Amino acid sequence: MASSNPETSNGRYVFEAKDLNLFYGDFLAVKDVNMNIERNKITAIIGPSGCGKSTVLRSLNRMNDLIPEYHATGEVIFNGINIYDDDIDPVEVRRHIGMVFQKPNPFPKSIYENIAWGARKVTKYSGNMDDLVEHSLRQAALWDEVKDVLDQSGLALSGGQQQRLCIARALAVKPNVILMDEPASALDPIATLKIEDLLQELKKDYTIVIVTHNMQEAARASDFTAFFNMDEDRAGYLVEYGETTRIFTFPDQKLTENYISGRFG
Amino acid sequence: MNATQDEEIRLSMSEDDYFADTKKLSKRHALSKIWHVIFAASTLVGIVALTALLLNVFNNAFGYIALENSIQPEELAIDGVSIEEMSKENLVTILGDHVSKGLMRRFESGMTWEERSRENVYNLVLERVVDPKSVAQWTLYESLFKVNEIQQEMTEKYTEANLIFKSWITPSFITLPQSSNPLNAGVRTAILGSLWIIFISIVFSFPIGVGAAVYLQEYAKDSFVNRIIQTNINNLAGVPSIIYGILGLALFVRALNLITSGAVFGYTDPMTANGRTILSAGLTLGLLILPLIIINAQEAIKAVPNSLRQASYGMGATRWQTIWNHVLPSALPGILTGTILAISRAIGETAPLVVVGASTFITFDPDGPFSKFTTLPIQIYQWTARPQDVFRNIAAGAIIVLLILLLSMNAIAVLLRNKYSRRL
Ligand SMILES: Nc1ncnc2c1ncn2[C@@H]1O[C@H](COP(=O)(O)OP(=O)(O)OP(=O)(O)O)[C@@H](O)[C@H]1O
Ligand SMILES: [Mg+2]
Repeated sequence: MASSNPETSNGRYVFEAKDLNLFYGDFLAVKDVNMNIERNKITAIIGPSGCGKSTVLRSLNRMNDLIPEYHATGEVIFNGINIYDDDIDPVEVRRHIGMVFQKPNPFPKSIYENIAWGARKVTKYSGNMDDLVEHSLRQAALWDEVKDVLDQSGLALSGGQQQRLCIARALAVKPNVILMDEPASALDPIATLKIEDLLQELKKDYTIVIVTHNMQEAARASDFTAFFNMDEDRAGYLVEYGETTRIFTFPDQKLTENYISGRFG
Repeated sequence: MNATQDEEIRLSMSEDDYFADTKKLSKRHALSKIWHVIFAASTLVGIVALTALLLNVFNNAFGYIALENSIQPEELAIDGVSIEEMSKENLVTILGDHVSKGLMRRFESGMTWEERSRENVYNLVLERVVDPKSVAQWTLYESLFKVNEIQQEMTEKYTEANLIFKSWITPSFITLPQSSNPLNAGVRTAILGSLWIIFISIVFSFPIGVGAAVYLQEYAKDSFVNRIIQTNINNLAGVPSIIYGILGLALFVRALNLITSGAVFGYTDPMTANGRTILSAGLTLGLLILPLIIINAQEAIKAVPNSLRQASYGMGATRWQTIWNHVLPSALPGILTGTILAISRAIGETAPLVVVGASTFITFDPDGPFSKFTTLPIQIYQWTARPQDVFRNIAAGAIIVLLILLLSMNAIAVLLRNKYSRRL
């Protein structure tokens, strides 16, 4: 898919959301989103609880399609292709856009198998599996901690290690983008910092979109910030979007300023 | 909350509050003690009932019997040589003198006298000529605590008989086929019948049941039709088993006669052509446990955390890959446990098999799905229905065999569950 569009896959934007409206049944959860997400940058999505951050994030790799009552209107252009076109297979979309969840969810298999499974079954990787496992674990800054216990269950790791295992697992299928939904919210400050450092490493090769509740984290770790709020009908909308340094120093909107300074939300 | 915190809260209360609190506390303690007693009592009732059942079975399975021979072995001695030391030829002669010519021919057509070992002929003499019969049986309780009464009864009534202590459950009880002579009867035919039927019902209902559970949990939308299907499956699990017997009779024995009798496969033994075969019985019990397997498998699949599915889908796995590689392996211990519990139920079923047409008396091993059959519970049922007391003893022996079979199935269930959950 991505490889079928060599020009655009090198373009400035990985995602271009156009008039995106997201519904759960009749309920309009997020309305009129127009935003472009830049390549090899970290984009943070912030906003009060229930404003639709997760919904937006999951619309980018069609994870929401697993919810029967969900549907979307508008377009999400990913490397030049609208992933909501009728002839697009959501399974194919998710192969190129990896996801890391709020709660670490390694497979109940060995650490090795956690990494190898996706490569073997999803991308039909045919190279040296040991190398791939080592490379992915190194990318996720986990290799040194687990290299001697690769056949131990992934569930036996600490929460922070599990989350890095999930990141390594996502990397092993070689996605273009990694979506992260509050990846550090279940972790202690040290583990959180580790993940943040990791993000800086990963953005050299990947585009990262991250939902976070933590203002400091957004300010520290991201290049761009999108602030969402919800209107009186509980429909989420994009209030302001731009470079993180600007959003956190001179926001255009009063609402953004209030939220960032902790006056609501 | 730790102890010091507790203490601080207490100390911060005024004196009055403190005593009000302890009063409430003692009331709560009294209440919890009452519940404790009630729960302990109900557990006790259960244990007592179970113990009574086991005691009753064991009471009948062991005990003294009065064994009376038709002909005393000493009378058969030739030239002072007892039958224990006699040559095979002499034993054959004795056999010929005491049983009918027809029976001798039957023996010979089974295996010629040359082929038979001395041991074999000796056993035939014991069985057919000496022909011991149990004329009286005592329970284990009587045998242990009323030995004097038993001995008195022996000297008064059974002067010809020997008193021996008999265990009705022996290795030969398990390996011998059914027989009209209770001392030579065994449960081999019934065990093989039970195993065959269970095998067929698993092969039939496990894949269908797990498949249906996967469909209902992972594919089916929450629609009106699907909800009706679900309700019906739940209700089917509660239908009395005899109804399944009637269904099996109409469907497998009658309507699908050509298949269940094996006629379409060229199996034309006139004795089984009526469709009352192992296959019919296995399919009937398969239908009986199908709803149980579906429900148990559904529960096991439901218990697989959604985060696991999300992890798989999030990597670009298809629905099939997600189910086959993640959902089913995680659900497997639960599915297996549920299946084995369902099978345990099937092993004990009697009524539907009576309706489908279990044989009352067969002495040959079932040789395949188109064979006639009997099963352990059927055998037990028939023995207990006999008027002679002695059959109650072998029924007790068969019950112990059935219990051992059930317990080993449950042990297998536990082992399987541990094996597969340790892999995680
Ligand atoms: N599966 C669903 N079915 C129906 N409504 C949903 C579903 N998931 C989310 N919603 C609704 O959509 C809206 C946005 O939810 P979403 O989870 O995207 O919010 P969020 O910004 O991620 O919140 P939080 O910060 O608490 O995670 C909420 O009003 C929520 O109730
Ligand atoms: Mg969320």
